[in-house]
Amino acid sequence: MPLPEKPIPDLERDAGGGLMHRRTFLAGGALAVGASAVAGLPSQASAQGAIGPDQPLWMKTPGAPFRGYGLPSRFEEGVARHILQPYGELSPGAGVSMTPLQAMHGTITPNGLHFNRSHNGVPDIDPDGHKLLIHGLVDRPLMFTMDQLMRYPTVTRTLFIECSGNSFFNSNLFPEAMQVPVGMIHGLVSAAEWTGIPLAILLDEAGIKGEAKWILAEGADAAGMSRSVPIAKCLDDAMIAIYQNGERVRPEQGYPMRLLLPGYEGNMSVKWLRRIKLTDAPTHTKDETSKYTELQPDGKSRQFTYAMDVKSTITRPATGLAMQGPGLYEVTGLAWSGNGSISKVEVSADGGQSWAEAALEGPVLPHALVRFRLPWQWDGGPVVLQSRAHDTAGNIQPNRSDWSRQYAAGQLYHCNAIQSWSIAADGEIKNVYS
Amino acid sequence: MSIVRTLSIAVGGALLVGTSALAGPDLGQEASPEEVAAWDISVAPDGATLPPGGGNAQEGAAVYEAKCLSCHGEEGASGEGLADPLVDGIGSLTSEQPMKTVGSFWPYATTLFDYVRRAMPYEAPMSLTNDEVYAVSAYILARNGIIGETDRMDATTLPAVEMPNKDGFMDYSARP
Repeated sequence: MPLPEKPIPDLERDAGGGLMHRRTFLAGGALAVGASAVAGLPSQASAQGAIGPDQPLWMKTPGAPFRGYGLPSRFEEGVARHILQPYGELSPGAGVSMTPLQAMHGTITPNGLHFNRSHNGVPDIDPDGHKLLIHGLVDRPLMFTMDQLMRYPTVTRTLFIECSGNSFFNSNLFPEAMQVPVGMIHGLVSAAEWTGIPLAILLDEAGIKGEAKWILAEGADAAGMSRSVPIAKCLDDAMIAIYQNGERVRPEQGYPMRLLLPGYEGNMSVKWLRRIKLTDAPTHTKDETSKYTELQPDGKSRQFTYAMDVKSTITRPATGLAMQGPGLYEVTGLAWSGNGSISKVEVSADGGQSWAEAALEGPVLPHALVRFRLPWQWDGGPVVLQSRAHDTAGNIQPNRSDWSRQYAAGQLYHCNAIQSWSIAADGEIKNVYS
Repeated sequence: MSIVRTLSIAVGGALLVGTSALAGPDLGQEASPEEVAAWDISVAPDGATLPPGGGNAQEGAAVYEAKCLSCHGEEGASGEGLADPLVDGIGSLTSEQPMKTVGSFWPYATTLFDYVRRAMPYEAPMSLTNDEVYAVSAYILARNGIIGETDRMDATTLPAVEMPNKDGFMDYSARP
């Protein structure tokens, strides 16, 4: 993670704690960074003209031949999702696997690392035996086979999906900050390039009756996961996703197809979609009443809170990684909002007393992950690093105490509080509440 | 498909080409009422899709002990290493330790029927008969003191059950 220690001249200080201007690396810093990188190359590369003993083994034996479906290097085996099964052997298919954000870069999640929340396992669906029924308040109920759906026009969009329970380690469920990798705290968000059929096309073919105000979307898993969605969202930007990053949707993300509601809590993007019923009112399923509602201190619960609020987290430095001594680092992380696009991300290295604006790596897309970056000169002293995201709807990410007091004890959904990482002089990175 | 609809698609399609993606090849097969009824397993608060049959808590006790107790504990009270509790907690939602159960939190009894029938027991979803689902729903409601031991739950009585927290939710769906 860290670049070698090498002071850069003419640092442009932008906030306390060693934060520099976001263009430092691009402008004056570039030369110094380039020099560091060259100095850091392995020794064998600098052995002039040596043939034989000094060369690595993989230059002296033929490489592996071809394989049909590629896999990461065996040296990356440690990069894997974090798996949590709250009920253990009682119900092993109920739980989550979380994206290991501390090991990743960019803004697209590889399909094998996309988070998965399932309530009774991942079904093994034969697409030839799977159909989609659209019925209820329609002119004519329609049944579609997969083969038929594959002939429909599609749209492609880069979108994040975030579980409503993401960041539960920082929620009211844990009054004390837990020390787990950043991927375990915030890894119930992932992003992919999704390709699918605009739902409006299929609803239009069935003929929407005037009194239809909602749909019920139902999955074909062993939990029969189902949620109600306002018809307006279905006609706006909802899609039935069939491809994920160019290949067919993975079983864990809903193969052979899933509903995809940009910006909304992930649970509503019903996987393994089998049925859409148009209704005049919500169905009040188990997962929109007993779960995925937010209890307030006054005993009332917010229901149908759909969009995931503006949020960010620094992913480097972060828990799961360690500092390697004072010097120049790039602070980087991810920001997203279910209410539009990210307009700004600020970073603080003094516990929120001062903030510097981070560079956003474009294109900045709505309902997608945005990578932010900021150079930081760490002097080796203890600091608290934070990021704070703003969105185009004017929302600003709240600090944890302001987020927390909205909800009753033990509540975990829709946690978008600012993440604070404390960095000790010895380089240890800890999750802290501030 | 009616001629009017065919014409509207033909005209609409011609208009849409080149201006919008909203034009499909109209390949869906019209589903029969029997087909739809077989697929439609969701039960809304109005109970319109509840099936025939019924049962009370006394009958449900046997179902519970055979199918539910091993995960949800004695009389739905859960316990260490077990699934979420199904009873208790009524009146706790404003306390320091709010307890969400079917009795204290769920706003509609129809949701209980819907969920048990589609998803429980965990190892064998959809294996209970409609009578068993009614009976075990009655058992859980009775353990919460919401109905009596001999109150029969069926397509008429279940939607009429008033849950203690029915007014405990604020609809945020219209929030921008």
